Amino acid sequence: MTDGAPSVGFFSRLANPGHFLAWSRYAIAPLAVAAALLVAIGLWLALLGSPEDYQMGSTVRIMYVHVPNAWLAQLCYGVMALAALGTLVWRHPLADVTAKAAAPLGAAFTAIALMTGSLWGRPTWGTFWEWDGRMTSTLVLLFIYLGIIVLWRTFEDQARAGRVIAVFTLVGAVNIPIIKFSVDWWNTLHQPASVFRAGGPTMPASILAPLLTMTAAFTVLFAVLQIVSMRTEILRRRADSMQRRHASELSARPA
Amino acid sequence: MIDGAHRTAPPAFQSLALKVDALTCRRGDHEVFSSLGFSVASGRALFVTGPNGAGKTSLLATLAGLLRPAAGTIEWTGHDPEEPIRELLHHVGHASAVKPALTLAENIAFWRDFYAGEDRSEAALADAGLGELAGYPAAILSAGQTRRLALARLSAVPRPVWLLDEPTASLDAGGEDWVRGLIAAHLEAGGLAVVASHRPAELAGADRAATLALAPSRTR
Amino acid sequence: MSPFASIVRRDLRLAARAGGSILTLVVFFALVATLVPFAVGPERELLRRLGPAIIWIAALLALLITSERLYRDDHEDGSLAAMRLARLPLEVTIAGKLLAHWLTTAVPLMVVTPPLAVLYDLDGATLLRTELTLLIGTPALISYVGIGAAITVALRRGGLIAPVLVLPLTVPTLIFGIAAIRPLLAGTAATALMFLIGFSLIAIVIAPFAAALALRMGAE
Repeated sequence: MTDGAPSVGFFSRLANPGHFLAWSRYAIAPLAVAAALLVAIGLWLALLGSPEDYQMGSTVRIMYVHVPNAWLAQLCYGVMALAALGTLVWRHPLADVTAKAAAPLGAAFTAIALMTGSLWGRPTWGTFWEWDGRMTSTLVLLFIYLGIIVLWRTFEDQARAGRVIAVFTLVGAVNIPIIKFSVDWWNTLHQPASVFRAGGPTMPASILAPLLTMTAAFTVLFAVLQIVSMRTEILRRRADSMQRRHASELSARPA
Repeated sequence: MIDGAHRTAPPAFQSLALKVDALTCRRGDHEVFSSLGFSVASGRALFVTGPNGAGKTSLLATLAGLLRPAAGTIEWTGHDPEEPIRELLHHVGHASAVKPALTLAENIAFWRDFYAGEDRSEAALADAGLGELAGYPAAILSAGQTRRLALARLSAVPRPVWLLDEPTASLDAGGEDWVRGLIAAHLEAGGLAVVASHRPAELAGADRAATLALAPSRTR
Repeated sequence: MSPFASIVRRDLRLAARAGGSILTLVVFFALVATLVPFAVGPERELLRRLGPAIIWIAALLALLITSERLYRDDHEDGSLAAMRLARLPLEVTIAGKLLAHWLTTAVPLMVVTPPLAVLYDLDGATLLRTELTLLIGTPALISYVGIGAAITVALRRGGLIAPVLVLPLTVPTLIFGIAAIRPLLAGTAATALMFLIGFSLIAIVIAPFAAALALRMGAE
């Protein structure tokens, strides 16, 4: 490489799929351990160290799983949107792989957020579902994730898939705030029996601590899963390449 | 039936030149062609030959700006820098861009209006031997006639650069003669052409043409 | 004729000559609207309340089904590639196609809405508001359909994928469209209408850029 700014060299080394495979292998174990520890601490704090809700009793503790997952549902989309920019603007070699790996993870976190939200709300609502503003826009987000996953599987040419899906991801990124806004507005027309009171900075430490810990835990978990998924995808593409090369060499050989 | 009598000479074109350096194209996972370099000057044609899969279609699409090259440069010189090169190209691919539901006249008139060119559409149709059929829907045409209609837009809207992919596909001997004449007149007027063909010998006027042979490359 | 007008006119002609496609669209729309009472029961008060919503959903479904024809033919017969070689930017070309598409899909639906309103015993004011919201909202729906179709243009088994991508994006339009007809809280209809206009404008502006980018990225 040139004698240019070291940061450029650093990032392109990180970015190259081969180098990514090399360094990421060492990241998995520490991250996994960190995630496990954080989950353990978070659960301990949540189950034992935090107060019951005066209305909902012990079921409020579901919040400690629901909120992190809801946060991750958004974060994953953010990762996909950044990856989309990476594909379209910089043609970054890892951007496609990042986007493809994040999609099922985002869908899973969204689904878990929906299910835990449903369980959380059941005692108050009496039903497993209320057309609450946040839950509804989370449901729509799930559909967007599923649409993106379907797109990845339908394109044969994955490079083309990456570019086109990047466009759609950015369109989605612009629309998601609009969707949230409209669903909230729609919901205020009906009645709000919101289970999900926003805590804000006035939340007592006994709630904040487990919440932040669990959020950190799930975020690290996402990082681990994302890295593993990206590695798998890179290896899968390499295997595919090798098969094609073998096939074309075979056909080039004189009969 | 098809003859040069109707043909009005295209206007003299500005002197464009094309220079290609180290051009590489990748589709999906494999390399279609790599490190191609050539030049074509005004009034000359380059015939690109090679078997199927050698990359002729991809090369033409890349020159037209429809495909992004993986590496290398394409340099056009001699045109007004204000005018983007895409307005100076004609690209006629395998598919004819002919709408069966529109009449021949409507098909050509659309390209004349869309490309905002001078109106040579009637002459172009007549030259292609399709003048009598102008008012009929293009669906009634045979494969060869459809091809001629597709190529007629080359004359209907004069542009200096022609990128033609197998222009004589579906054409009979008379049609091939006509295409040869079209290209010759175009070069005569100072135009430039890159033509992909299986059999360039029929189309090449020896003194104005060069040949580039592509071979299917191994996967990367 | 200007290039923009030529693409609008061409697409209008193609739609008009595309056999019974407009009729099919309208019949589908009417069928969906007719089917719902079979499912929810013929109680008049219920139908009166649901009417505008059912009409909106039926319109949305009908528009989704027609999305294939936006770019598919042009992509397959090479017209799209040739249209990229004009002075008119691809974004404007697509805007023209979307305009023609709106004229030949949404407008027929709006024409057929009054008879359907009769099925639901909607009063004049409600019908008028339904038409108004369709007039303002269908451009947004067409915009999203245009983006979805651009993304899936090259997919063979693309069948249901475009609707799957487009439907979540139409949620705001649906919400504000219905709320502007029959507000659940008094006085919110005007607000909803404002939001509908605003978001429709945003969609109309974004769609040609997003669709053009998707088409270019898909062709590379």
